[in-house]
Amino acid sequence: MSFLRGSFIDALVVLQMMVRDALNQAMDEELERDERVFLLGEEVAQYDGAYKVSRGLWKKYGDQRIIDTPISEMGFTGIAVGAAFAGLRPICEFMTFNFSMQAIDQVINSAAKTCYMSAGFQAVPIVFRGPNGSSAGVAAQHSQCFAAWYAHCPGLKVVSPWNSEDAKGLLKAAIRDDNPVVFMENELMYGVPFEMSEEALSKDFVLPIGKAKIERPGNHVTLVSHSRCVGHCLDAAAVLAKEGIECEVINLRSIRPMDTDAIEASVMKTNHLVTVEGGWPQFGVGAEICAKIMEGPAFNYLDAPVTRVTGVDIPMPYAKILEDNSVPQIKDIIFSIKKTLNV
Amino acid sequence: TQTFICCDLHGLEEGPADTAVLTRDQGLSYYRCMQTIRRMELKADQLYKQKIIRGFCHLYDGQEACAAGIEAGIERTDHVITAYRAHAFTYTRGVSVREILAELTGRQGGVAKGKGGSMHMYAPHFYGGNGIVGAQVPLGAGIALACQYQGNGQICVALYGDGAANQGQLFETYNMAALWKLPCVFVCENNRYGMGTSVERAAASTDYYKRGDFIPGLRVDGMDVLCVREATKFAADHCRSGKGPILMELQTYRYHGHSMSDPGVSYRTREEVQEVRSKNDPISLLKERMLSNNMASAEELKEIDGEIRKEVDDAAQFATSDPEPPLDDLCKYIYHNSPPVQVRGTNPWAKLQSVSSS
Repeated sequence: MSFLRGSFIDALVVLQMMVRDALNQAMDEELERDERVFLLGEEVAQYDGAYKVSRGLWKKYGDQRIIDTPISEMGFTGIAVGAAFAGLRPICEFMTFNFSMQAIDQVINSAAKTCYMSAGFQAVPIVFRGPNGSSAGVAAQHSQCFAAWYAHCPGLKVVSPWNSEDAKGLLKAAIRDDNPVVFMENELMYGVPFEMSEEALSKDFVLPIGKAKIERPGNHVTLVSHSRCVGHCLDAAAVLAKEGIECEVINLRSIRPMDTDAIEASVMKTNHLVTVEGGWPQFGVGAEICAKIMEGPAFNYLDAPVTRVTGVDIPMPYAKILEDNSVPQIKDIIFSIKKTLNV
Repeated sequence: TQTFICCDLHGLEEGPADTAVLTRDQGLSYYRCMQTIRRMELKADQLYKQKIIRGFCHLYDGQEACAAGIEAGIERTDHVITAYRAHAFTYTRGVSVREILAELTGRQGGVAKGKGGSMHMYAPHFYGGNGIVGAQVPLGAGIALACQYQGNGQICVALYGDGAANQGQLFETYNMAALWKLPCVFVCENNRYGMGTSVERAAASTDYYKRGDFIPGLRVDGMDVLCVREATKFAADHCRSGKGPILMELQTYRYHGHSMSDPGVSYRTREEVQEVRSKNDPISLLKERMLSNNMASAEELKEIDGEIRKEVDDAAQFATSDPEPPLDDLCKYIYHNSPPVQVRGTNPWAKLQSVSSS
């Protein structure tokens, strides 16, 4: 675990921790706490993780609990689900969620639906985790966001952390949850440091799945986002604050179940809603939020239609200039907010 | 009585012993088991034709010796997972005919409270009932991994058909099971047809017991309950002793088509079906063996038949009269041990609440 000393506040030392270390700490603590928990996936053991998220875990816990698999997503995901059937609590890592498509039948048909089909007889306490969404220069086959695909399915819980506190608290919650949880990380966030409170550093720090967090309160417009885009929203909010526009930034944390109440409460205060996501627009997270708002009490409080800021509706191109313009930039968010506010 | 066990071997120096002993009690028990399965499946056929059972219904009549023999060869504490032709295993793993038929008819008294249907019935150490061809095989290896991890000496029997034998995920599973020496017995129930496609038309190699390659395999007559039992014992011992996985091919036959919507005679002749029925029926084979060795009288067996008929009729009566699940059950058991979540109904005003299992 690497941390940098932050500023001194009174006698309190504020620790900074990178997202990957927060994830590592979460898994380490849960492996220690419950011997039924184990991690499997490609390169998770002796390589310390393709993105070093599982660094040190194999050395500490050994072959039985940190398992390197061959490149066989469908096979090892099925094995992980079977292990969950029979009393273990697997963490199944996909090197990226793009590879989960090889195994998606096991996630949906074997994991998500089983509790229901068995009328509650067979629980499936499993976590599927890995980096999701766009990275940098990895092109079309390695850049897809799967939030909408997985969040579509009943029986799953789908979680998308932004910062280190999210990462740790939500991953611990996911591991302790007796249901299949799809835990979507972001590769570009792994190396980003965030402040970690004392509370967040404790071994029992768990965040509730299904509750969003208001990262920044504001009165003029509600921004709803998840994962990396939360940071972009905060950056856009900082710029707009100088112009007297106060944005309320909501970090969804959970895509399914989604904290609709939090969004509605905010919209009823600000009267304007902009959703921001890295994924494609059609049938996406923002589309779902629009539908939810229309069906609920907050609709009557809208002074303008909901605006969605999304990735461009194309396979991800490679060239940097094209890639940069395929995902929402801060200027796109600012532009969309101003259009929504008609300023 | 003693009987001769015949096995083809792959990657094994020795197979099960040449002969096996059948005691009277065992014989009666296997007879009762297979006959119950037979009558249960035929009752399901009847109920389906009466439109009291709907959707998918894949019947097992003809294959009874496989389910009965496997159960006789393993411990209660071992684990079993199979595909969709699962009613027999649901029974051998301890679920009553009543609860099985009531699940087929979609009633609240069904083993899955009407939530699962034919392909999704579960019991302790029995993981269904799986609808996606081949998916159950990696799941089975995962259950075996859990056995190994927990050091409980248990094994998992993961069954699949000749059709599923060509699924890629099986080969991924063989690789990992062998690599990690998982205590998993892979069982191919080769009934010669994957839906309407005969094995010759589907597989470049129909030696399914060899398809595990580096995994040792054996092939036995799946119509002989004793052969199945002995092969299963041998396979289970192999796994339990830490040698890793093993593959067992059972040569068997289904009298019905693939499912109730398949008459089963467009891709095979009625003569072929009749031939198996008259010369190779698993229940007849056992019956003849017991009668010719004076292990039971014809009257005794007839009495058992009568008891079974009554049991199945009573079960069918229950299955047709038990009420359907209440609408409140719609949102039950989406999750386990979870706070309630709001579930959207068919329209925005239909706000349902989930109730989790615990």
